[in-house]
Amino acid sequence: MPMNADEIVNQIKKTFPDAVVEMTDLAGDGDHWSAVVKSSSFVGKSRIQQHKMVYEALGGKMGDDLHALQLKTKPLD
Amino acid sequence: MTNPVHEQIKKDITENKVVLYMKGTPVFPQCGFSSMSVQIMEHCGCDYKAINVLDDMLIREGIKEYSDWPTIPQLYVNGEFIGGCDIMREMFEENELQELLKD
Repeated sequence: MPMNADEIVNQIKKTFPDAVVEMTDLAGDGDHWSAVVKSSSFVGKSRIQQHKMVYEALGGKMGDDLHALQLKTKPLD
Repeated sequence: MTNPVHEQIKKDITENKVVLYMKGTPVFPQCGFSSMSVQIMEHCGCDYKAINVLDDMLIREGIKEYSDWPTIPQLYVNGEFIGGCDIMREMFEENELQELLKD
């Protein structure tokens, strides 16, 4: 069952309460999302670390329920 | 106990400066993200070894364990995991990928 935008945002905010998350439905099918995630937790982290942190926050759903998530992360100062 | 799949991956990323693990081939990519990563590599004008993970399920799963990264494609340069399609695109937009591939 694909995740919808709210589920993705809520899941991310569980781990990053200060996160600002912008979601875009890329294909209009609710299964191909783009997310821009900003959080102070990313400060000083490499891009790979930031993305892994988001994937972990999504509880290992990346690649399963969450087929396609185009991700951009930015530290929040 | 060595893991033969990880040994094969290590061999490929050591013997080849640039390796792209992808779904399909550069000529026939089988997924949007793999196709995007091939286009990025073409824009960089850089030679690379493409490995079709759809040819070998052990590699397809093994590569995710090896890099602790849940998705394909995956780019390796000088034996180091660089990122998936998103990170490749961001690095390309900021000219970091071109610099990395130049050396």
